[in-house]
Amino acid sequence: MSVLVDKNTRLIVQGITGKEGTFHAKGCAEYGTNVVGGVTPGKGGTKHEGWPVFDTVQQAVEKTGANATVIFVPPPFAADAILEAEDAGLPLIVCITEGIPSLDMVRVWSKLKLSTSRLIGPNCPGVISPGKCKIGIMPGRIHKEGSVGIISRSGTLTYEAVHQLTQRGIGQSTAIGIGGDPIIGTTHVDALKLLNADPETEAIILIGEIGGTAEEAAAEYVRQHVKKSVVGFIAGQTAPPGRRMGHAGAIISGGQGTAADKMKALTAAGIHVVQSPALIGETMAKAMGKA
Amino acid sequence: MKIHEYQAKDILAKYGVAVPRGEVANTVEEAVDVAKRLFAAGAKGGVVKAQIHAGGRGKGGGVKVAKTMQEAEEYAKKILGMQLITHQTGPQGQKVQRLLIEETAPIERELYLGVVLDRASARMVFMASQAGGMEIEEVAAKDPKAIHKEFIDPAVGFQPYQARKLAFALGLKPTQISSAVQLMTGLYKACVETDASLMEINPFITTTDDRLFALDCKINFDDNAMFRHKDLKELRDVAEEDPLEVEASKYALNYIKLDGNIACMVNGAGLAMATMDIIQYAGGMPANFLDVGGGANQQQIEHAFEILLSDKNVKAVFINIFGGILRVDTLAQGVVEAAKKTNVKVPIILRLEGTNVEQGRKILKDSGLNFLIGETMKDAAEIAVAAAKGK
Repeated sequence: MSVLVDKNTRLIVQGITGKEGTFHAKGCAEYGTNVVGGVTPGKGGTKHEGWPVFDTVQQAVEKTGANATVIFVPPPFAADAILEAEDAGLPLIVCITEGIPSLDMVRVWSKLKLSTSRLIGPNCPGVISPGKCKIGIMPGRIHKEGSVGIISRSGTLTYEAVHQLTQRGIGQSTAIGIGGDPIIGTTHVDALKLLNADPETEAIILIGEIGGTAEEAAAEYVRQHVKKSVVGFIAGQTAPPGRRMGHAGAIISGGQGTAADKMKALTAAGIHVVQSPALIGETMAKAMGKA
Repeated sequence: MKIHEYQAKDILAKYGVAVPRGEVANTVEEAVDVAKRLFAAGAKGGVVKAQIHAGGRGKGGGVKVAKTMQEAEEYAKKILGMQLITHQTGPQGQKVQRLLIEETAPIERELYLGVVLDRASARMVFMASQAGGMEIEEVAAKDPKAIHKEFIDPAVGFQPYQARKLAFALGLKPTQISSAVQLMTGLYKACVETDASLMEINPFITTTDDRLFALDCKINFDDNAMFRHKDLKELRDVAEEDPLEVEASKYALNYIKLDGNIACMVNGAGLAMATMDIIQYAGGMPANFLDVGGGANQQQIEHAFEILLSDKNVKAVFINIFGGILRVDTLAQGVVEAAKKTNVKVPIILRLEGTNVEQGRKILKDSGLNFLIGETMKDAAEIAVAAAKGK
């Protein structure tokens, strides 16, 4: 089993006629994802790379029976794209776009918390259940079907963890890139709940980074509810305070959000915390008795 | 993006937040002129304030109260052009390029007001505290109950009852409540309309003649929202930023200078931070954070090399790439060309993984340049640390 996505996922791409949208729509389809169409306002009724294009998300959902969307819309218009997907009732919304203003996300979030739609991201690589479905920009071929769930705020660092597992013959159930922004739709705790409830996810890798207190909340959740092995890594142990390290959300402010605090919280919750990112795979192998 | 106090006060004033009378001065002569005008208008004194982005200016000697014109001139001469050292500037300090000269106010109480993006609740939160003049983080650590908070529903905005709750919690007098509500409402409006992620009035003062003022204030804007604020972009002061970081920003490179001697070039922010961490884990110190992004081209890599190598502390360059969308052979070609063009003298250590990695490694090998290759991130970090130590 997997969480969020599987063989029944029917995906539309918002911004399908753009460069990024086109490239990754093809990438997802090549991986085996059922891409059923796309949305670009003003280009409805046309075909793009063989896919039907619609003017609105609602039309796309009515005509294709889509149950998921991936958003490749530029930052000034991305919040609107998320709200349009929510309005059309799509249960899963994955937003790849980096650079959405925080106040736009404050508004989006207040709408989404009353909604049945789930948002992954923004500023994330997406979600993949190896062998079943890929929604996003991650390189599919480094993945392997299996039983380790991954939750991460960072794209390439997720690939790193996946690669270390696959090299050891350990597959993944679902890898969820939750995004590097200060306000995201699905937090570490939300993703943990999903993977913890998934019977085929045996163990979980939790990758965090400096900024905010979401990892501390995740540690508390693990302490109370998770019996599965959890391996954790926090990026930014050497990051200076007050500086934004690439991701909009990766900043130590007012002494809050340091890697040291997060690692301490994770360790106290019984999570196997690694200091070096090179040890993620090895530590998981040991935790699963596969070393 | 950060701005200066005088710029922040201009913005607040536009939104009806009362600030003391004052003007910015770029020279001692201008400072004297401003002081003359203030004293002529009845000011009891003039505050000469260094305008740098870092906090802690008062303790560093960058804020002085002048009782006379002579004193104002004396302080202006002393502060303008000084290297002001505070706990936020680092030991080298920051050169003071301009001053804000303001009238003094008869302070009765020093309070705190702030609006900030609260990540956990995904809302803006309005904070007020009676402990003005202290850093709010310090207050939060010592006595969190001393900070009163009102969370703001974005659909309805900051409401007058919320402002009243805060005003009463601050212990303001009945005669001050309505102007406090007006001031707080203005502060929230300013925050939302300028896409600020932080607006802080500290101290927020009451005077013995019953007036309310923003005595000092700090604004941080959301960089992601600057596309819709062309006017605010103009307020950026590159003199306050590291010159290498300013250079990097011209080429859309995400670079932050650090104190170590191993330069890093990485794709992806998370992996870039993790690369810094693994350098330290291997016994070295990173010279920078650099995320070249997912689609780095040869020109960007060349610029990145130039920037990394203009840091004189750098003894080795560690390139850590996980090629997903970005193909490793393309990147390797870029690195070879850039290394030839920029005439790199320090050892370059590469760890490449991902799409077309074999072709990529072959390009490096056939280049005739002396690259050191690490098979894994750990190996590469250890090689880089040894190379930086001259081994």
